[in-house]
Amino acid sequence: MLKIDNLQARVAEKQILNGINLEVKAGEVHAIMGPNGSGKSTLASVLSGREDYEVTGGSVSFLGKDLLAMAPEDRAREGVFMAFQYPVEIPGVSTINFMKTALNQIREHRGQPTVDAVSFLNLMKEKVKLVEIDQSLLNRSLNEGFSGGEKKRNEIFQMAMLEPKLAILDETDSGLDIDALRIVSNGVNKLRSRNNAIIVVTHYQRLLDYIVPDFVHVLYKGRIVKSGTKELALELEAKGYDWIKNEMASV
Amino acid sequence: MSTVTDKRDILGELTAQKQALSISLPTSKTEEYRFTPVVRVLEKSFPKGFIGGEKKEIKSIEEYLIPGLDAALLVVIDGVYSKEFSNIGKEEAVSTTSSNDPFAVMNAAWSKGAISINKSDKPVLVLNLNTGSVPSVHNRITVKVEDGASISIIQKSINISSSPVFQTLSEEISVGESARFDLYKIQNSANLIEVGNTSINQVNSSHVNTFTLMLDGTLVRNNLTISIDGENCESHFHGLSLLKGETIGDNHTVVDHLKPNSVSNELYKGVMDDKSKGVFNGKIFVRPHAQKTNAFQSNRNILLTDQATINTKPQLEIWADDVKCSHGCTTGQLDDEALFYLQSRGIGKEDARAMLLYAFAMQTTELIANAPLKAHIDSLISKRLYEGQ
Repeated sequence: MLKIDNLQARVAEKQILNGINLEVKAGEVHAIMGPNGSGKSTLASVLSGREDYEVTGGSVSFLGKDLLAMAPEDRAREGVFMAFQYPVEIPGVSTINFMKTALNQIREHRGQPTVDAVSFLNLMKEKVKLVEIDQSLLNRSLNEGFSGGEKKRNEIFQMAMLEPKLAILDETDSGLDIDALRIVSNGVNKLRSRNNAIIVVTHYQRLLDYIVPDFVHVLYKGRIVKSGTKELALELEAKGYDWIKNEMASV
Repeated sequence: MSTVTDKRDILGELTAQKQALSISLPTSKTEEYRFTPVVRVLEKSFPKGFIGGEKKEIKSIEEYLIPGLDAALLVVIDGVYSKEFSNIGKEEAVSTTSSNDPFAVMNAAWSKGAISINKSDKPVLVLNLNTGSVPSVHNRITVKVEDGASISIIQKSINISSSPVFQTLSEEISVGESARFDLYKIQNSANLIEVGNTSINQVNSSHVNTFTLMLDGTLVRNNLTISIDGENCESHFHGLSLLKGETIGDNHTVVDHLKPNSVSNELYKGVMDDKSKGVFNGKIFVRPHAQKTNAFQSNRNILLTDQATINTKPQLEIWADDVKCSHGCTTGQLDDEALFYLQSRGIGKEDARAMLLYAFAMQTTELIANAPLKAHIDSLISKRLYEGQ
């Protein structure tokens, strides 16, 4: 589904990614871990098409298409979804209105008929249950005055609505208490299927207790320096990131 | 005063008016018109010897109406009351101008008689239609809202031709005790140079709402002056300017609190595209006796291009000590983070921009209670933001 080949990128003259190689197949969950500043969020930002990140080398293909050549909205329409670490607040735009516009533009892109107001509301009712989000929140301005947990739930709610083929969860666990973490993770797990893939970007192992990955990759200084299964995350948790740093220093 | 003929040389006339009325036309050094070069625009629009476009008949006013709005009609064509299209009777009013704005003086001298509105159960739709054949038009309305009564006026000024028209407007409005007055201005006409002077005087427990929607025009200058000469008044002055091309759009407002215990709230927003120029000047006076006044003012602007400009100036003069007053103005660009967020969900960049601007704009329309009017204004804003029209 996703093939990242020797990806290099910089932001504001600072080289952050130094050759990432990663292949993600349908049905898989990949966790990307790493110490602060290792390039985790940069990778997520580059994949979602944020403008301030400049790709200096390598390629990313998504379902056979050149992902890096696409505008952010086209990436979404092709099936990439980014759950943001810090979802923005947008006064005056309700989540409902926003989601309806997004869903219909995605459907149009895929040659599907647009949904009318009634079917949209029905779909929404079904999806709010997944993340136990209060429907009254969705009538309000997007994320405005939402708590950290509500913002993250709203991200997963949007993921449920848009049914992406590839979801990238960028530090979705940050700022969540245990209950919110469980709710958000349950939502993500219900959305897992053989046809979609998930990349979980996280600093801590605890999210991976809930969203169990098939593969774990450790990012350090802009490269994947170690890959393994979920046991690697546990080992990291036990030994700390210094383990990786020391190992790299001794090479 | 009544020597006005239908065919006139606009510059010649201006000079004559200037001399006859001993007014000085504003220059770039005149503080109140520093950013709004009315005379320069007039000189550019009306070359020497220009006498106006061809005479055109207006056969129907259907297209200028507001869909679904049940309104009384007051139609003025080229500065003259149209009996044919109006269904509100014409009453001549004697009116004097209290303003020393040179264009208000000019309007008082050269208008073909003021029309008065003293009662109307339905909202009054005032259509100032210009056919282009009369290049300089001076319209004048007086409104008297009796104690306890309510009047709502919706005003559209339109030049149906491609020949430029200079229009001055004068509106003298008095709002009685416990009365209510609503004024909506829709300024969406190309080839129109407009200077309007609106003076509202309100007394005890009255309620005034104004909303000014500026979408098009060569140059539009609105002087809105409100004297809150009573206690327990509540007034909201909203404005939205969505400018494009080379439009110069200027809102000069004065809110004058003369008595205690009243509330005024002013919210003007602007989105300037292309090479357009926005101007906002908001004066608030709180006189020595006007204790317990609450006066708020906010002016927020978004510039969409490097060539678009906004000049904004709040001016508060407060002589009373027990008051709550605040003002704020911001000017910025569209929020890139918000734009990216919308795009990342599959919404195209142009639509995402429009959604954000629409959200920014719509706060100014919140107080419009009349549903067909609100729908009409909403559609004008959407058309501009989503379709660039």
